[in-house]
Amino acid sequence: MLMRPPIQAWSEVGDLMGSIFGPGLFQSSPVQVALIVGTVVAVVSGVVGVFTVVRGQSFSGHALADLGTAGGSGAFLLGVSQLWGFVVIAAVAAGTIDLIGPGRARSRDLATGIVLGAGLGLAALFLYLDTTSSNTSGASMTILFGSIFTIDGGLVPIILGLGVVSLGTVLILYRMLLFSSLSSDMAVARAVPVRLVGIGYLVSLALAVSLSAMTIGAVLSTALLIGPAACALRLTKHPGLALLLAALIGVAVTWVSIVLAYDSFYWPPGGRGWPVSFFVVALIFTLYLLLQLPARRWASKWASRSAIIDARPAGP
Amino acid sequence: MGIEVGVPERDHRRAARGTLAEVFTGFMLNTWLAATVVAVVAGVLGFFIVLRGAAFIAHAVPNGAFAGAAAASLLGLSTLLGLGTFAVGGALGISWLSRRGRQDVVTALALVVMLGLGSLFLSLSREYAAEIFSLLFGDVVGVNRAELPPILGLGLVCVIATLLLFRPLTLSAVMPEAGEARGVRASRMELSFVLLVALATTMTVPIVGAFLMFSLMVAPAAAARSLTARPGIAMGLAVGIALIIIWLAIALAYVCAWPIGFFVGALGAGSYGLARGWDYYHLRGPNRRQLAEGPVG
Amino acid sequence: MEEELARVDADQVLKLEGVSVWLGGRQVLRDVSFAIREGEMTGLIGSNGAGKTTIFRVILGLQRASAGRIWIRPGARSGPDPAIGYVPQTVVLDPDMPLRARDVVGLGLDGHRIGIPFPSRQRRRLIDEMIEAVDASSFADKRVGRLSGGEQRRILIAHALISRPQLLLLDEPLINLDIRSEHEVVELLSRIAREQRIAVLISAHDMNPLLPVMDRIVYVAAGRAASGTTEEVVQPEVLSRLYGRQVDVIRLRDRVLVISGSDDTSAADHEHAHATADPGLV
Repeated sequence: MLMRPPIQAWSEVGDLMGSIFGPGLFQSSPVQVALIVGTVVAVVSGVVGVFTVVRGQSFSGHALADLGTAGGSGAFLLGVSQLWGFVVIAAVAAGTIDLIGPGRARSRDLATGIVLGAGLGLAALFLYLDTTSSNTSGASMTILFGSIFTIDGGLVPIILGLGVVSLGTVLILYRMLLFSSLSSDMAVARAVPVRLVGIGYLVSLALAVSLSAMTIGAVLSTALLIGPAACALRLTKHPGLALLLAALIGVAVTWVSIVLAYDSFYWPPGGRGWPVSFFVVALIFTLYLLLQLPARRWASKWASRSAIIDARPAGP
Repeated sequence: MGIEVGVPERDHRRAARGTLAEVFTGFMLNTWLAATVVAVVAGVLGFFIVLRGAAFIAHAVPNGAFAGAAAASLLGLSTLLGLGTFAVGGALGISWLSRRGRQDVVTALALVVMLGLGSLFLSLSREYAAEIFSLLFGDVVGVNRAELPPILGLGLVCVIATLLLFRPLTLSAVMPEAGEARGVRASRMELSFVLLVALATTMTVPIVGAFLMFSLMVAPAAAARSLTARPGIAMGLAVGIALIIIWLAIALAYVCAWPIGFFVGALGAGSYGLARGWDYYHLRGPNRRQLAEGPVG
Repeated sequence: MEEELARVDADQVLKLEGVSVWLGGRQVLRDVSFAIREGEMTGLIGSNGAGKTTIFRVILGLQRASAGRIWIRPGARSGPDPAIGYVPQTVVLDPDMPLRARDVVGLGLDGHRIGIPFPSRQRRRLIDEMIEAVDASSFADKRVGRLSGGEQRRILIAHALISRPQLLLLDEPLINLDIRSEHEVVELLSRIAREQRIAVLISAHDMNPLLPVMDRIVYVAAGRAASGTTEEVVQPEVLSRLYGRQVDVIRLRDRVLVISGSDDTSAADHEHAHATADPGLV
């Protein structure tokens, strides 16, 4: 077989790239914005998410995200950018979660659930008013499911700034956060300001959730928060490495999703494209499932050791 | 890029609005009947949700049902069928995955996956946002006559099954090891319970909406639990509060055309707050009970 | 409550005098007095609800005493320079938690500091030394949530020790351990106390595993305490006074059994002449 001349080989690579990356992908300005914002959001969510999972606060994190719906739709009513709606509501909700206090997991989850119910009800009202007041329903879709390709370019610096604040807070509190997540009793005995650390973490969480609500929507942002973190925790036992992996996984998933969403413009039903948020969620879930497969080996290996310290009661 | 939406047509659903006097007229009768069944199911099942600390799962399964309804709409099938399959499928998935991973993580991921699928189906089917809206937040006339018998039937099955399983469900929730010793396998109970939630979801989502259905299950039961410690009375109270909430919600939603979901959420939170307030007053007020304020021992 | 006390011996690390605590309308601790010296193993013995955890909380500064005084050797307030190491009773460790055993020990060194730990050879050496000291080298790199109960206890002890405390508090460290782990932990603690001149205070509801290594016992019942050596304190007269009802003590070879008799008097408010000095009570 003849060796093909280099030029032809290159053009075949080009064709391949062309079919993976649809025409005009990297020149498109919304795509550039989406990539930048998506990266920031993925990194922040991944890192904060590790602590969320470790502290067993997945429900609270999800509730915060869902409550963002009320914030975003309220902001729309007021004619303000959704980002501020998300941030304000998330901050209020985080404060409420702090007030609810650690307590026992079950009563805490109950209180979270009730607040979530009230918040979603409020969201229902705002979305309804959005629709009737502006005669379009575009708002509800972007609030709920994200609008990474229609983010206002002017918001990018703000998003970057908030992302830095969120990430920075968690990194500054890194050791104290790990310590108080390990055992708040021991941390208190060592004069770690557990309450303040918790509040700092909640602030980071609120910001992370708000930012990811912008890209993949309030109700789906939990995927970027919990998913990469859960995968990273399966892969490593080193705390720092877990943070790094979660960020990387989040970023990779986001990039692939953006590309796929762009390409899907040509997929059935044609002319509209599939939502980015769907790809993000589907990819993360698939990755998590794949990582579950060897789990049986680990689970039995652990079960055979007698871990006799009081078991945590089963529950969400 | 993404989901394209246009201006929603003014279909009959969104225009359902009238005066208080009209609230009991013919076509609303379906809603009242269905709502009553919904409230009973929500109260009964809610009791166990609160007991087992399963608030997150109760929130996740209905969201999965939303995907089913969206799929049904895409494929032109019955909404109830879609709701049912996805609710059960999601419940089974959560149950199976929970054995291998952390339950709260699994629940969160399953929840968003199903929601994401729902959003995909809806975007593909060119459904207007109004459809999504009523699926997520409820619809006063969300039930038509043809759907009433299955709803009533499902509701009955759900309540009877839950009451039959009352004791093993309680035992495995409160003392899992003791239950295991008596042959009540925790995993089997968990599976049955999640399936019951799926069943309840199927019949309640059309009216109350996927997002708020769990509020109807959790809030009345949580309020009841603050008011009494006796299980039978707590369950009865939960049903009663749920009935009041949903009746009020329907009436209010009908009168001012605001979404049912809003009233369900607000009234739920309100009743929980009131119940907690009363509980607090009773502890601190005239009938003082001696309480240890800190750890003793 | 932390004023200098008149009479403090040079090697005393901790001293409580007449400490009483009221919680929610109930008197949880009454007039508790005892002292702990460096290098000594002291057992805080009592059943659940007797007041042991409250005593710990008072020592750690988490609970204010309603009356009485507590003195801790200077340079020993819990804080950035903690001279009290604390191992709580239950630490629920998630099997998924991304912390290796050595990370937990490392947190004992600087878990209260801001920022990310700078990997330094000295830090690593300190951690390794501590891990060796508790015989944990074989599982130092494993996920802490996957270790057995005894292994986790040892790691937590290393965590508490690495900051070189002069007082080590352990709340029910032997609970839920199998016999062999129990023995190992007790041996380890005794060795640490002797070699590092640390005062160790262990709370337990059963004194028997600690009998071989206990230098002193503080016996707590119904909020009252009696302290001294085991021979002095674990006597029917002393314990009966403590409980406010008839108590018998059975010694069988090297085991001790405390049996409370029929409850013919109400325990709580029974007044006894505890104000008079008693032999064997410090």
